Amino acid sequence: MSALSGTGSSDKVVAAPRARRNLLRRLDAKLSPYLFISPFFLVFGVFGLFPLGYTAYISLTDRNLLAPVSHFIGLHNYALLLHDSYFWNSVENTFAIWILATVPQLLLALVIAHILNTKLHARTFFRMAILLPQVTSLVAVALIFTQLFAHDYGFVNYVFGKFGVHHIYWESGRVSSWVALSVMVMWRWTGYNALIYLAAMQSIPEELYEAAAVDGARRFRQFIHVTVPMLRPTIIFTVIISTIGGLQLFTEPYLFGQSTSGVTGGSNRQYQTIVMYLYEKFLGSTQFKFGYAAAIAWCLVLLIALFGLVNYFLVSRIRSAES
Amino acid sequence: MVAHSQAVPRRRRRSQRAVSRRFDSAGPFTYVFLILVVMVSLFPLYWSLVVASHDNAAVFAYPPKLLPGSNLFHNIHKLFNPDLVSVDFAKALVNSAIVSSVVTVTVVFFSALAGFAFAKLEFRGRKLLFVLVLATLLVPVQLGLIPLYIEMIHFGWLNSIKAVIAPNLVTAFGVFLMRQYIAGGVPNELIAAARVDGCNSWRVFWHVILPAVRPMAAVLGLLTFMNTWNDFLWPLIVLNARNPTVQVAVAGIAAPAYTPDYSLILAGCFISILPLLLVFLLLGRQIVGGIMQGAVKG
Repeated sequence: MSALSGTGSSDKVVAAPRARRNLLRRLDAKLSPYLFISPFFLVFGVFGLFPLGYTAYISLTDRNLLAPVSHFIGLHNYALLLHDSYFWNSVENTFAIWILATVPQLLLALVIAHILNTKLHARTFFRMAILLPQVTSLVAVALIFTQLFAHDYGFVNYVFGKFGVHHIYWESGRVSSWVALSVMVMWRWTGYNALIYLAAMQSIPEELYEAAAVDGARRFRQFIHVTVPMLRPTIIFTVIISTIGGLQLFTEPYLFGQSTSGVTGGSNRQYQTIVMYLYEKFLGSTQFKFGYAAAIAWCLVLLIALFGLVNYFLVSRIRSAES
Repeated sequence: MVAHSQAVPRRRRRSQRAVSRRFDSAGPFTYVFLILVVMVSLFPLYWSLVVASHDNAAVFAYPPKLLPGSNLFHNIHKLFNPDLVSVDFAKALVNSAIVSSVVTVTVVFFSALAGFAFAKLEFRGRKLLFVLVLATLLVPVQLGLIPLYIEMIHFGWLNSIKAVIAPNLVTAFGVFLMRQYIAGGVPNELIAAARVDGCNSWRVFWHVILPAVRPMAAVLGLLTFMNTWNDFLWPLIVLNARNPTVQVAVAGIAAPAYTPDYSLILAGCFISILPLLLVFLLLGRQIVGGIMQGAVKG
């Protein structure tokens, strides 16, 4: 608008506004980008970065919600943690549930994706149906499955009974509770991973399959020698994501058998996960040991980083061994 | 991709099948398998409806009742009666609606804004700052729980939904998604044309970028809404039974009890799933598309 009115009048009148406009434009070019990204960094700084550093500090103190003052105690919390059998128990449980849930889940997701990658009727229906569990909240998943896995009147034991299998005490057994929890995780995530694999499968160039076919590879061998190798980056991605998610498992075990145990994960801590133990020390019991809980948090992060790297190299090695 | 395979002329498709067999027509076995998978996916949700629509005695029936009963509305009515349950369920629904809506709007808006800057504007430190955004994706939220809780005490936000909203106002995932979408989906000529017309950066964002990112905004918005609605651990830490979100409320109904009232608990689950279920039925196609798109790009 102002540009239009400027063209007709003499230079002297326009000079001042134009200088201001140029200044504004330069300011805009210099400042706007930072202004635009500042909300993210502001919020992240206050609620992400600051707590991150602060956790490290708290883990070096004996901070407790109930105590008025806290003392710097160095690495004492970490030293205690190394000899805390409840902690190592929670680490073992978490890893066991992760393996039981992830390995069959990703294999099944591959198979489902492979099958969905054909000419299908009602394709959209099938895709939406397998994604439906992902929409369901963790709380609902945990509570519904807790009921399904109930001992005396649960649906799972009813079906097992039909096949002559004795009722299983899912919640009170160690391995059986791991299995029940992995089923919950699998149910919620298999469809999601299948869709991710399907998307990656569809971007594999057709020529590769044609070349394999010319070499005489049938459908199954095409799957092994073309599809799976081409999916490796995606497989690595899903393994890493499931590592990060799986080691942070909380809601399902926390609500599983709530009626009896709550945060300890069963009467013998048979399915207490790392985050549950963190929560127990933090707010879940009457201990409120913030310093100790912060040390658990840092160990969890270390474990996730370490385990994520191990998985990355493992999956990459399978690649080179196969090709 | 999908449309592409459908659009291939018939003759070529047949020859393709003869050669590569990639787009095999599905046989009956395939459908049986897929229908099984679908049944497993749907069953727990159906089961929650079955249990929620009987009285609690039916839960202990043997053999179990497999068809919905007539008690659903009675149970839902009980759910909203503060004398019978220890949580304020109506308030929980309102709280969750507020939290999820506010977070969705701010995440989409700020993500688009930052995504625009990272994709199309020149500034010093752009690459480094974007790497920083990505790095925050890898930090597990559990790491910050304890100081964040202490922070909330200092702000006086404990037991207020502010404590649930504030840390979720932005997400690195959203910024990443929007940057990718804007970098690939908005032509530079469009922005240059707006500049010639005298638009400053803000007006370029408002008049060019925002309309252009609408498809991705819908996907990001849906995913954000669902995640926020379903979030549990953090609301559990900062909220209580009198002022909960819906997930905390449902878990509260299921809190340790000598004989848990499963018909009531699963009625709560059912109600808590229902809004997302409806959204999913309406917009599931876009959500599926969004997840698959994100997978290829990411």
